[in-house]
Amino acid sequence: MRDLSQRSLDTAVQLGASYADVRVVHRREESIAVKSGRVEGVASGESEGFGVRVIVDGGWGFASSSVVTAAEADRVAAEAVRIARASATALRERVRLDDRPPARGTYETPIEEDPFAVPLEEKIGYLLAADEAARSVKGVAFTEARFEAQRELRTFAATDGSWTEQTFTHVGAGVEANAIEGDEHQRRSYPDADGGTFTAAGYEYVRGLDLAGRAGPLAEECVALLSAPQCPSGRFTIVLDPSQLYMQVHESCGHPTELDRVFGTEASYAGTSFLTTDKLDDGFRYGSDLVTIVADATAPRGMGTFGWDDEGVAAQAVPLVRDGRFVGYLTSRETAPRIGRQSGGAMRADGWNRIPLIRMTNINLLPRPGMSLDDIVADTDDGLYLASNRSWSIDDRRLNFQFATEVAYEIKGGKKGRLFKNPTYTGITYEFWRSMDAVGDESSYVMLGTPNCGKGEPGQGAHVGHGCSGARFRDVQVGVGKW
Amino acid sequence: MTAEAPPDTLTIAQRAVSLATAAGASEAEALVSADAAQLTRFANSEIHQNVAETNGSLNLRVAIGKRVGVASSNRLDDDGLRRLAETAVAIARNSAELEDWGGLPEPTPIADQPAGWSEATAGATPEGRAEGVRAVIAAADAVGVRAFGSFSTSAEHVAVANSHGVRAAQRRTAGQLLSVMMDPDGGSGYAEQAGVDIGAIDAEVVGREAATKARATDNPVAVEPGDWTVVLEEYAVVDLLSMLAYMGFSALAVQEERSFAEPGRVIGSELVTIVDDASEPGAMPMAFDYEGVAKQRVVLVERGVCRDVVWDAQTAARGGRQSTGHGLPAPNPYGPFPLNMVMSPGTTDRDALVGEMERGLLVTRFHYTNPVHPKLAIVTGMTRDGTFLVEGGRIAGPVRNLRFTQSYLAALAGTVAVGSERRTIRGDFGGVLVPPVRIDGWTFTGATEH
Repeated sequence: MRDLSQRSLDTAVQLGASYADVRVVHRREESIAVKSGRVEGVASGESEGFGVRVIVDGGWGFASSSVVTAAEADRVAAEAVRIARASATALRERVRLDDRPPARGTYETPIEEDPFAVPLEEKIGYLLAADEAARSVKGVAFTEARFEAQRELRTFAATDGSWTEQTFTHVGAGVEANAIEGDEHQRRSYPDADGGTFTAAGYEYVRGLDLAGRAGPLAEECVALLSAPQCPSGRFTIVLDPSQLYMQVHESCGHPTELDRVFGTEASYAGTSFLTTDKLDDGFRYGSDLVTIVADATAPRGMGTFGWDDEGVAAQAVPLVRDGRFVGYLTSRETAPRIGRQSGGAMRADGWNRIPLIRMTNINLLPRPGMSLDDIVADTDDGLYLASNRSWSIDDRRLNFQFATEVAYEIKGGKKGRLFKNPTYTGITYEFWRSMDAVGDESSYVMLGTPNCGKGEPGQGAHVGHGCSGARFRDVQVGVGKW
Repeated sequence: MTAEAPPDTLTIAQRAVSLATAAGASEAEALVSADAAQLTRFANSEIHQNVAETNGSLNLRVAIGKRVGVASSNRLDDDGLRRLAETAVAIARNSAELEDWGGLPEPTPIADQPAGWSEATAGATPEGRAEGVRAVIAAADAVGVRAFGSFSTSAEHVAVANSHGVRAAQRRTAGQLLSVMMDPDGGSGYAEQAGVDIGAIDAEVVGREAATKARATDNPVAVEPGDWTVVLEEYAVVDLLSMLAYMGFSALAVQEERSFAEPGRVIGSELVTIVDDASEPGAMPMAFDYEGVAKQRVVLVERGVCRDVVWDAQTAARGGRQSTGHGLPAPNPYGPFPLNMVMSPGTTDRDALVGEMERGLLVTRFHYTNPVHPKLAIVTGMTRDGTFLVEGGRIAGPVRNLRFTQSYLAALAGTVAVGSERRTIRGDFGGVLVPPVRIDGWTFTGATEH
C-alpha cells in the first residue's frame, strides 16, 4: 500500500499538484438478519480501493478506483489533476489549508472478542433466540433481529510526509417487535430500531446486550401500545431517554455545528446552518447553563473515535457548547483558518471512493453530577417520558425539528405510569435546548450512535457516536398533526 | 488518461456462477456491476468539490438446499471470484434453513432497452461539467445571487447470471444538474434537470429558473400553519411517490401487514394514476431487476384505486405470484421496490394550477421528509427553496418555510387538479416522471424562521 500511495503522490506532484493525499481502504462487513424466525439474510462483503485528492491551481480534484495497481495509481492521480484543473476554471478563492505536523503512527479499535472470529452458527443462534423471545408474545405480528460487523483498514499518505495506518472495528445488534391491528402499527425496539445500536467494540458488546432477555418484555409493551391512548397534544414537560436524546443531539447540535455547512458547501443537498460565525463571536446562548456538548474523537466505544481524521489531523475533544454558550465548530484544515482556528480534526470519508467531509465524531451531551435519570423522573410532577426514536426531521438551517418516539410514559407525581402511543414533539433548536432544566448524571450515561448519518453529493454514510444520559425539557409542544 | 473499457460483466457473472456451483452450491446467482461516476459540485458560485470513481463489484448469492448465503466483493479477477464463491458457499453451509425459500428466478424474456444509454453521458468530461456549472453561475451572477449545486454523470454496466439459466446484461447512463440559489435578502430557489442524456440538459435554463425563484423569494413573510390548498411543483410531488413506495407499494410490506395498499382500496381521487414503468424513457429505463428478471409495468394506482404492488422472487414465491421484476440486490430486508415511478398527467396547464386557486400556497420542494406513521402514510417534512402565498389566483409573495405533518394517502384523496406537463426528477430511489398537482387540505403544523 505504501508503494502505491507514494506512486500516486509522485505522479500527482509531477503533473502539477501543490498538495496531494492518498487513502487506501479495505473494508470487510458481515451482516445477519432474522425475521419472524427465518434467517432472511447472511452476507459477507469486502471492498478495496484507493482515492487520490489533489490541489492544482488552487482547486480541488479527486479520483478513485477499485483497481489497486501501479498503473492505475498513475491513471487515477492524473485524472485527479485533470479534474482539479477543471475546478480551477470556476474558482473565486484558492484553497488554503492550515498547517499541522505530519501525521505518523498507528491506531486500532480496542476489542476483546473479534466479531468475525465468532462462529456464524453462534451469531445466528443468538439472534434466533432474541427473535423467538419477541415472537412468543401473543399479538406480535412480526419480529426482527439483526447483527452487523465492520472492519476497516485505512492508510493515509500525504505530500507533507504523513503516513498513518488505522484499523477500526464496529459492531451493532438489535431486536424489534411489531404489532398490527387495523390501521395501527406499533413497534418497540432494543437498543434501537433498524439494526440496533452500533459501537466501536468487539463481539463482547453484542453479548452484553442480552437481546433475548430484553425481547419478551419489549414485545409485551409493543402489543400493549395497540390499545394505549393516543399521546395527548399540548405543551408538556418531557424527559428524554438516551434512546431518543442522542438523535436530538445529532440533528440539532451535531449537524448545525459543521463548519462546511455554515459556509454553504452543503447547501445544495442538506442545507446550511443557523449557527453562523457571528454567533461564535457573540457567545450565542444555544442552551441552558446545564448544556455542555463536546465533539470528542477520543471517547471510548464511540464510532467517531480514531487516531487521525482523513486529512491527518490528530483526534481531539473540541467543545461545541459550554455551559449553554456556543463556543466551537466541527472543522477541517480548509475551513478552520477562516475563523482563525486550527482544524479540530473532523474530516471523515466513507470508504476509498469518497472525499473526506466535515463529519460528526462523537457528539456528547455531558452528564452532570447531582441527579440520576430516575431522580429526574421523581422530580417531575406532571410530564411525559419519551423513549426510542421512530422518526426525525429538521429544517434546512437546523432550526425547526420534529421527532416521533416509539413510546411515551405518563409521569404523574414523580412516577412513570400509563403508556401513550404515537408520541411526537416539535420545537425550535435553541428554544428547546434553553428549556433543559435537568440532565442525568454518569449513572445513565451511554455511548450510542448511528451508522448511517447521510451527507454529501455523491452521498456518504458515516458512523458517528453520541454519548448522553437523559434530560428534562420544559414547555415543549407535544402531539403534532391529525390522528 | 481515460478509464479502461468496462469489463465484460456477463462473462464475469457466468464465471462466478460456475465457481459457486463447483464449490457446492445447489443454486447460484451473480450480480456484476461496473461503473464510472463523476460529480462536480459548486457552492458560493465556485467549484469546491469535484470527484470521479471507477468501480466494479460482484454480489454472489448461493443456496445449498434452503440455506442461503451472500458474499460481495470488488475483486473481479479469477482469484477474487474463486475466494468469493468459497465464502458464499461457506456462509450458506453455516446458515439456517429458510423454510419458505422460493429458489432463484427462472429466465424471462428481456427486451433491449436502448433508451437507457447515452454516448454523450458516458463520455462526459470534467471540462464539460465545469462548462455547465459556469453557465449556472453566470445566471446567478446576472441577478446578484449565489449558486450552489451539482452536475453528476454516470455510466453503468450491469449483468445478472444464475444457475437456472438467467443471462441478462444492460448498460445505463444518468445525468443530473441541480442548483439551489440564495440571495442576500433571504430568498432561495431551486431547479433541476435530469435524464439519461446530458445533451438534453440545458444549464442556462436550470440557472435561470433557480435564480429567478431566488430573487422572487426575497424577504419572505410568515403565514400561519393550518390546512391549506397547495400547488406542489414536480420537485415536491416526487416525494409523495417515493415515500408511498417506501411505505407501502412493496409486496413485503403487504405480507408483513404494514402496508396501506390492498387491491380495490380507494386511496386517491380519480385524477391520480401511478404506475411503475421501467420502459418509460422519462423514468431512467431499466430492462431487468437485480435478480435478472424482466421489468414489468405495474399499475399501482388507477384513477384513485389501489391495483397492485411490486414483487421480487421471494415475495412472489410466498404469495403465489410471479416476480414483476422489482428485486433489489441480496440480501434485501426491505423487499421489492418500484424504481421507475410514473404519474399520469392531467389536463390542467401550469398557469391554471395556480390561477384557479383562490387562496393557497405554491410549494417548490420538500426537505428532510420522514414517515411518522407508515401504515397511515403520515409524513413530516419542511418546505424549502421557494414557498409562495397565492391569493385570487395570483402569487401574492414569498412566505417563510412551513412544517407539515400530513397523510400522503389523504393528499392523494385531496388531489383536485393534475398538471398536463411532466418532468423527470432523479429521486432518492430512481428516476421519477411526475406532473405538478393541486391538493386541498394540506396540513401544515409548524413554521420556521426563514
